[in-house]
Amino acid sequence: MSRLRRIAQASSRDLMILAAVVTVLGLIPLGVSRFTLSVATTALIFALAGIGWNVLSGFAGQFSFGHAAYFGLGAYTVAVTLTEFSISPWVGLIVGGVIAAAFGLLTGWISFRFGLKGAYFALATFALAEMLRLTFNNLDYVGAGIGITIPLAGGDDWGRIQFEDTPSLQYWVLLGIVAVSLVAVIAITKSRLGSTMLAVREDEDAASSLGINPLRAKMAAISISGFITALAGGYYTQFLLFIDPDLAFGPFVSVAILLRPIIGGVGTIWGPVLGAAILSVLGEVTRSLVREPPSFLQVIEGVNGLDQVLFGLILVLVIIRAPDGVLGWFRRRRQRSAV
Amino acid sequence: MSSILSVRNATKRFGGLTAVDNVSLELGQGEILGIIGPNGAGKTTLFNLISGAMRPDEGEVVFDGERIERMPPHLIAGRGLVRTFQVVKPFSGLTVFENVMVGAFLRRPDPLESEAHALSMLEFTGLIPSADRPAKGLTLASRKRLELARALATDPRVLLLDEVLAGLTPTEGAEMVEVVKSIRDGGVSLLVIEHVMAAIMALSDRIAVIHHGELLAIGKPAQIAKDPRVVEAYLGEEFQIAPD
Amino acid sequence: MRGRPRNAIWAALAIVAGLLLTQSTWWDTNQTVFAQAVVSGLLIGGVYSLVAMGLSLVFGVLDIINFAHGALMTIAIYVSYLLFLNQGVDPYLSLFITIPLMFILGVGIQRFAINPVMDAPIHNQLLLTLGIAIIIENLALVFFTGTPRSIELSYARNEFDLGPITLDFPVKVFGAVVTLPKLIAFIMALLLAALLYLLIKRTQLGAAIRAAAQEPEGAELVGIDVRRIYTITFGIGAACVGAAGALVIPFLFVSPTAGATFNIIAFIVVVLGGMGSIPGALVGGLVIGLTQEMTQLFVSGSSKLLGVFVVFLAVLLFRPEGLFGRVQR
Ligand SMILES: Nc1ncnc2c1ncn2[C@@H]1O[C@H](COP(=O)(O)OP(=O)(O)O)[C@@H](O)[C@H]1O
Ligand SMILES: [Mg+2]
Repeated sequence: MSRLRRIAQASSRDLMILAAVVTVLGLIPLGVSRFTLSVATTALIFALAGIGWNVLSGFAGQFSFGHAAYFGLGAYTVAVTLTEFSISPWVGLIVGGVIAAAFGLLTGWISFRFGLKGAYFALATFALAEMLRLTFNNLDYVGAGIGITIPLAGGDDWGRIQFEDTPSLQYWVLLGIVAVSLVAVIAITKSRLGSTMLAVREDEDAASSLGINPLRAKMAAISISGFITALAGGYYTQFLLFIDPDLAFGPFVSVAILLRPIIGGVGTIWGPVLGAAILSVLGEVTRSLVREPPSFLQVIEGVNGLDQVLFGLILVLVIIRAPDGVLGWFRRRRQRSAV
Repeated sequence: MSSILSVRNATKRFGGLTAVDNVSLELGQGEILGIIGPNGAGKTTLFNLISGAMRPDEGEVVFDGERIERMPPHLIAGRGLVRTFQVVKPFSGLTVFENVMVGAFLRRPDPLESEAHALSMLEFTGLIPSADRPAKGLTLASRKRLELARALATDPRVLLLDEVLAGLTPTEGAEMVEVVKSIRDGGVSLLVIEHVMAAIMALSDRIAVIHHGELLAIGKPAQIAKDPRVVEAYLGEEFQIAPD
Repeated sequence: MRGRPRNAIWAALAIVAGLLLTQSTWWDTNQTVFAQAVVSGLLIGGVYSLVAMGLSLVFGVLDIINFAHGALMTIAIYVSYLLFLNQGVDPYLSLFITIPLMFILGVGIQRFAINPVMDAPIHNQLLLTLGIAIIIENLALVFFTGTPRSIELSYARNEFDLGPITLDFPVKVFGAVVTLPKLIAFIMALLLAALLYLLIKRTQLGAAIRAAAQEPEGAELVGIDVRRIYTITFGIGAACVGAAGALVIPFLFVSPTAGATFNIIAFIVVVLGGMGSIPGALVGGLVIGLTQEMTQLFVSGSSKLLGVFVVFLAVLLFRPEGLFGRVQR
C-alpha cells in the first residue's frame, strides 16, 4: 500500500491537472444544448478509447490499427449481457473490459511471440478487428448485420445507466470513468510499469539488457489498453442504445480511436483528451460551416462530403507541421526557447 | 580470488566464420579484466554470449554458480550481470533522467526510492546538468556516460563495458577511467573491452587478448605487453596503440 | 526482391491438391459452381495483383503503409469514367492517359506531402496517407455524389474471330462464364506485371530502386539520390492503380469508395507475396482471389473476406517475409 502512496506522491502534479481538467469538462453540460451535450459525450467516449489506445501504442510503442476490436468487444458485451442475461451494464462494462483484455492477451501473445513489429503488427491488429466485424456480421446470436437494440428503461435509471430525464448525468458518469482511467494512466506513467513500457518502446535490446522482459511489458500494455478501450465501447452502446458490427468493429472506429491521441500527442497523458476536444470542435465548426456558410461561401451550402475534405486537409497539415501532435509541438517550442 | 563469472570453452559461429573459438575466462570477485584484440576479433560477440543476447554453439557460461548461457538477457540482468553496448543504445525519446530511471526501477519498485537512486547515479557520472534533456541530443561522451549510469543504476554485481573509451577525447577518457575505477571500488567486478591500449593497461588487473576469436594470452598487463605472440598479432593487424 | 521458385511450386502443388480433393461425388454435382469460383477468383485476382504491385513497391522501397493507394485508384476510375462518358474514349485507350496522369500525381504527393515525413514514426505516415485518402474520396463525393454508376462496353458481347477459334463472349470455360472485360483486365494485369518486373530487374532505374529498398544508406553513398528514387517509386506505384482503375470500370460500379475496397486486399497481397516482390504480388493476388471465392463456396453464410483474413494472419505469423520475400529476422 505504501508503494501506491508513493506513486500518488510522485503524481501529485498530474493529479492536480486532472482535477482542473475534470472540473472544466464537468461544467460543459451546464450551459449547452442537448445536441452539443451529445457531441461532448461522443468526444469523451472516443477520448476514453484513445486513452486506452495510447497505453499500447503511445507508451509501449506497439502501433495498433485495430483498436475497434476492443471497442467492439466492450460494446457487444454490454449489449449481450443486458439483453440476453439481464445483467446491469455496470457489470457488463467490467466484463467487457475483461473479455477485451483477454482477447488482447491471447492475440498479443501470439503476435509478440512471433516477433510482429511496426507495420506488420499494425496490419495484424487491423485484420483481427476486421475478422471480428465479419464474424459478428454473420452471428445470429448477436443479431448479425442488424445489431442489437437496448430496450429503454424510461426516466433516470442508475442501474441501467440510462438518463432520459437528465442527460447531463450520462455525461458526468462517463466523465467519472474517464477520470478514473486517467488516474490509472498517471499512476502507470509514474510507476515501474510505465518506465518499462517506455523502455521497450524505445529499444527492446537495451530494455532487456536492463532486466526488462519485453514480452511481459507488451502483454501488460495490451491488456490494460484493451480494458480501457472496451469501457469506451461499452459506454458507446449505452449512449446510442444500439450497436451493430460496423459501429462496433468498423475500420473507421479504429481510425477514430487513434486519431485523437495522435492529434493531441502520442504517448502523453493528456494527448487523447486534448485531441478529442480539438477534433470535436473542428468537426462541429466544419459541419456548421457547410450547413450554414457565410454569404461569400454560399456555394458550399449543404454539399455532402465537404466537411470531410476540410477535415482531411487539416489532418494532413497537422501531421506535416506538428508530427508529435499539439502537445509535442508545444514541448518542442519550449525546448527550443530554453536552449 | 574466487571467480564470480566463468566462461568455459565458449564457441560461436556465424556461417563459416568462428567469431568466438573455444574461449575460457574467469572473472575474479572485484577484479577488472581487460579484453583487447583487433577489430573483428570477436570481443563484442563474447559479450553477447555472456549477456544472453546470443547463445553459444558450444560451451557454457557460469555466473555466481549458475549456468546462464541459455537464459534470456533480462533474466541475466536481473541476476546482476549487466552489459553496455559498443554502439550505445540510449532511449532517445526519453530524457537522461528517465533513461536512468529505467535501470533504477529494476531493484526499486518504489518510484521515490528509484528517483533518489537515479539521481545519485547521474551525479556519479556527472550527468546532473543534462538530467532533463532528451537523450537524443547528447554528445557522444555524454551518451557513453548515460549508458554507464543506466547500467549502474541496476546495481550490477558484474558489469560488462564494451569500448566505453572509444571516440572520447583524452580528457573525457581520463574522466571515464576514474569513473570505472570507482565502480570497481564500489565492489563491482568488471569485464572491460577496450581498444585504447594505454588506458586499459593502467586500468586492468589482468588482460585477455583475443585474436580471430581465440584467446591468445591472458595475464598481468606487464606480461601481456611483453608477450611476443601478442606483439606479433598486433603488428600484423595495425593495432592502434594511441586513442583515435 | 528475389523470387523463390520453390515457393511457387508449393503454391502450385497446393492448388493441384485442392483440385484433386474435389474428385468426388461432390465434384460431379458442383463442378460448374466450383469452376466458376476458380475462374472468378483468378480473374479478379489478376486485378488484385496489379493493384498490389504498386503498393508492394511503395511498401518495400519506402517502408510506409500507404492508405491512399486505393483512393488514387478511385481517381483513375473517375478519370477513365468521365473520359468515356464525355469524350467517348474507350476505357482501354484511356490507359494512355490514366497511367501517366497518376504517375505525375503520385510524384507530386510523394514530393510535397510524404517526403517531409519520411523519417517520422510509422503512425504519422499512415495517418498522412489516410488523410490524403479522406480528401480524395470526399472530393469525389462532392463532385460526383455517392451514387454508383456503371458503363457498358458496346463490344462486350461481340463475337471475335481469332483465325483458328472464334470467341463468342461471354465464353464458357469448364462451364464457368468468362466475360470479356474481366478477361482483358486479367491479361493486361499480367502484361503490366511483366513490364514492371523488367523495369525493376533490367533497367538502371530498377537497380537504383532495388538499392534504395535494401540499403538506403549504402545507396546514398554510391551516389543514388534516395529521395528522388522514393518519389519515382511512389509515382510508379500510383501508375499501377492508374492502369487498374481504367481496367476495372467496365465491370465495376464507379463510386467514391470503389478504389478503397482494393486497398486492404492489396495490403494482404503484399504481405502474402513479400514486400517489394513483383512475382510475389502476382502470385499473392491470384491466391487471394481464389481464397475469397473458395471461402464463399465452402463456408456458407460467411463473408468472402473472412478466409482472406485467416490466410493473412497465418502468413503474418508463420512467414512474415511472405512467399517471395527475403528473410529479414
Ligand atoms: N550477428 C552477426 N552475424 C554475422 N556475423 C557477425 C555478427 N556479429 C559479429 N559478426 C562477425 O563476427 C566477427 C567478430 O565481431 P565482433 O565480435 O563484433 O568483433 P569485435 O567486437 O572484437 O570488434 C566479425 O567478423 C563480425 O563481422
Ligand atoms: Mg566490438
